[in-house]
Amino acid sequence: MGLLFIDGNQAVAMGAIHSGCRFFASYPITPASNLLAAMLDTLPSAGGIALQGEDEIASIGYCLGASMAGMKVMTATSGPGLSLYSENISFAIAGEIPIVIVNIMRQGPSTGSATRGADGDVQFMRWGCSGGLPVIVLAPADVSDCFTLTVHAFNLAEQFRCPVIIASNKEIGMTSGTLDMERVEKPAVIDRTLHEAGPFLPFQVKIGEDVPPFLPIGGPILVRQTSSTHGPDGYITTNPSEIQAGVERLQRKIDSKAESFSYFDLEERKGARTLLVAYGITAGAARAAAAELSENQNIPVSLLVLKTLWPVPEQVLQAAAVGVERILVVEMNLGQYVQEIRRVLCNQRVDFYGKMSGQLISPTEIIEEVTRG
Amino acid sequence: MDSLLNPDRPPVFCPGCSHDRSVHTLDRALKEMGLKGSDVVIVSDIGCSGLFDTFFKTHAFHGLHGRALTYAAGIKLAQPHLKVIVTMGDGGLGIGGAHFLAACRRNLDLSLLVLNNFNFGMTGGQFSCTTPEQASVASSFLNLLEKPFDVCDVAACAGAPFVARFSVYRKNLPELLVEAISFEGFAVVDLWGGCPARYMKKNPLSPKEIESAIGKLQPYQGVVSTNIRREYSSYYREEAAKDTAGVDWQGIEKTFEPTVKERREVVFLGSAGQRVITGGTLLGRAAILAGMNVTQKNDYNITVMRGPSVTEVIVSPQAITYTEVGKPDVIVALSEEPVRKCWGLFQKMEKEGRVILAAGVEIPTTDAQVLEVNFKAGGIKKKERALAALSLLAQTGDPVTLEMLREAISQSFHGQRLEEALRILEKAAAIPVHE
Repeated sequence: MGLLFIDGNQAVAMGAIHSGCRFFASYPITPASNLLAAMLDTLPSAGGIALQGEDEIASIGYCLGASMAGMKVMTATSGPGLSLYSENISFAIAGEIPIVIVNIMRQGPSTGSATRGADGDVQFMRWGCSGGLPVIVLAPADVSDCFTLTVHAFNLAEQFRCPVIIASNKEIGMTSGTLDMERVEKPAVIDRTLHEAGPFLPFQVKIGEDVPPFLPIGGPILVRQTSSTHGPDGYITTNPSEIQAGVERLQRKIDSKAESFSYFDLEERKGARTLLVAYGITAGAARAAAAELSENQNIPVSLLVLKTLWPVPEQVLQAAAVGVERILVVEMNLGQYVQEIRRVLCNQRVDFYGKMSGQLISPTEIIEEVTRG
Repeated sequence: MDSLLNPDRPPVFCPGCSHDRSVHTLDRALKEMGLKGSDVVIVSDIGCSGLFDTFFKTHAFHGLHGRALTYAAGIKLAQPHLKVIVTMGDGGLGIGGAHFLAACRRNLDLSLLVLNNFNFGMTGGQFSCTTPEQASVASSFLNLLEKPFDVCDVAACAGAPFVARFSVYRKNLPELLVEAISFEGFAVVDLWGGCPARYMKKNPLSPKEIESAIGKLQPYQGVVSTNIRREYSSYYREEAAKDTAGVDWQGIEKTFEPTVKERREVVFLGSAGQRVITGGTLLGRAAILAGMNVTQKNDYNITVMRGPSVTEVIVSPQAITYTEVGKPDVIVALSEEPVRKCWGLFQKMEKEGRVILAAGVEIPTTDAQVLEVNFKAGGIKKKERALAALSLLAQTGDPVTLEMLREAISQSFHGQRLEEALRILEKAAAIPVHE
C-alpha cells in the first residue's frame, strides 16, 4: 500500500470508521461539508447511517439519540454550527452521552469567512456551554493526526462517557497531504464499559470509579436518560448533596485523568532559551521555524506541540518549560490559549504571537518573534 | 398485559389538568397493544409534557426543549424494533418547528403526541404557536397580533402520512392512540386539552367546548392517503444495502524514482471553472508516484463558479511541515484576479523559477523565466487550462515528468474523462511557447 493523498477531513472519516463509528449526522457548512460527504460515501456501505440534519441542533440531537441507543456517533461543523450545538453539548456532558464533535474552525467572529481558517474557537470549545463542566478537546496538526486523534477521541468519549471535540481548522481539514497508513499510529479501539450484573441504575458508578457503566436504550433492561439534574437513578433530584456529588464527579472523571490523555510532541534542544508552544495548523510553521533557527542560525529553540488542549496538560507544560527563559505561544487568533499557559507557568515569561487574517502564520514571522525576544 | 405506569412515580399534574388524562390514556393504549416496557421508549422534552417519561416503566429519554423528535429519530434508526413515542407540548412544537417539518417529510416510524393546551403552562402561561388570537394569556397583547397555526394542517402539508386531532376527553381515545402508535410511519396526534393553572383561569374551556371547537375545523382522523409512502428507516437500509462500493482508500504505489531532491512549491493562480484544484491534485498524485510527500492547500471564494481559485502544491522528498507557499518555484498564472492578489509572490521568485503565463494576463516583473502560452489559439478551453499548463510544466521533468503525469491521470480518471484528459496533454504539447 503506497501513500494516501487525502485531506484532514477524509482522515477524520477514516479514523471514525476505524473506531467503529456507525452513525453520523451533520448539517452542511464549509469547511466541514466534505466530511459529511466522506461519511455519506462510507457509512451506508459499512452498515451504518449517515444523515444530513435539517439544522445543526437536529444533527447533534440525532447523534445523542443514536449514542444512547448504543452506537458510536460523530458530528461535524464549524464555528456557526458549534454555536448551535452548545445546548446539546451541555446535555451530553450532563447525560454522559459519548459523542465525537469535529469542529473545523474558520475565520470568525460570526459567519466570518467560510473558506479561511483560524483557531478562534479554542476557549469557546471549553467554555461555550452552560454549567462550565469539562469537555475534552484534541487538536490535530496534520492529516496523520486527524486519523490518530479521531481514534483517541472515540476512545475517550467511550471511556469517559462525554463529548470529545476535535479542534481542526480549514487549513487542516481541507488541505491534502500524504499519509502512510503503514506508519500512522493506530490506537487500539476501546468500547464503552457495559453494565454486567445486578440492579441497574443508569448513573450509578461502582465504588472507586467515576464513570457509570452503560446500557443502551432498547435493550431488555430499562434505561433512562435525562438532561435534568438527576441522581444515580436518572430521576430529577433536588437534594443538594446529591447534586453537588454529581457535578463534582462529572468534573473529576475527566480532570483527574487528564495526564493519561495529554497528547503532545516535544522537540527539546540543548541550550534552548526559548520554548515555542503551538497547536493545530500553526504547529507546522513552528516546527519549520524551530528547525531553521536551531540548525541554520545557531539559536537552539525547543518546541512543544500540544495535541490535547482541554483539559490543559499542565504537567506537560511545566516539564517542557523547565530551564527556558522565555515561552513563546503562537496561535491563529488574538491570544486565547496563551492565557492558560500564563496561568500554568505563572512564574515564567510567556509571550504571544498571533493573527487572525485568514493567512497562515509563517515560519518567518515566528523566527522574527523568537529573535526579537 | 400489565399497565406500564410507574408505581413509584404517580403523575403529579395540577388538579384538573388534561395531561393526567393523557398519561392514563397512553397507558391504556400501550396495554392494549400488549407492549412490554422494554419495547417502548418515551422521548420527551421540556415543559409539563416533559414529565411524561417519568410516569412510565419504559425506556426514557428526556432532552432539550423542542428537540425530542431529533433524539427520537436517532434512537429509532439505531434500534428499529422500538416503539418510539414522543410527547411534546405546543411550546416544544413551536421552538422545534424545523424538526417537526423534517419529521413529517422524513416519515420515520415515530408517534408524536402533541399535548396541546394552547399556552406555556410551566413558565407562566405565555402564548404559544397554537394560542388563539382572542385568548387572554401572559404575553400581553402579543398573541392578538399572530395567527396560531393548525398543527394538523401543517403536518399534512409537510407530508405526515398519519394525522389526527382529538379531544383528550374523547371516550374511545385509547383505541385511537393504538391506531396511531401501530401505524408504520410518522404519526401525529394533536391532543387538545386544558391547562387549569394558567390558561383556563381566564379562558374557560370545557370538554364540550373543546369538542365543539375541533368540530369546526378540518377533520383529521388518521391516514392521509396522499402522503402514504415508504417508512424512512427500512427505506434507508434498503438503499444503503445497494451501495456496496464504499470508498477506495487505497494508497498510490511508488512506481517512479524521485525527480527532485529538495522541496518544490507550485502555485496555480486561476479562476473558478479552470479546474485549477483538479490540476493541483493531479500534480500531487504524480509526485506521489515517485514516493514524494505532497501537500495541497486551496484558496477560493464562497462563490462557486465565479471568482479566483488558487491552489498551492508542495512536493518534497522530506516531510512537509509548513503548507503555505513562501517562495514559489513555479507559478501557473491563468487569470488576472488571483495574480493581482498574489502580486508579491512573483517578486520572491528566483531565476531558476518558472512562470507559465496565459497570454493576456499581466504579471509583475520577476527574476523567474516566463513561458507565455496562448491557450486560446491552441484550442484549449477554459476548463482545460490547468491541465494543459501542467502538461507544459511536466515537459521540464521538474517536479514531475510527463510519464508520471500520464500515469496519475490514468489512475484518477476513467472512460471518457480519461480520454479527454490525455487528449488535452497532447494538445498542450503542440502549443508554441514564448520565453
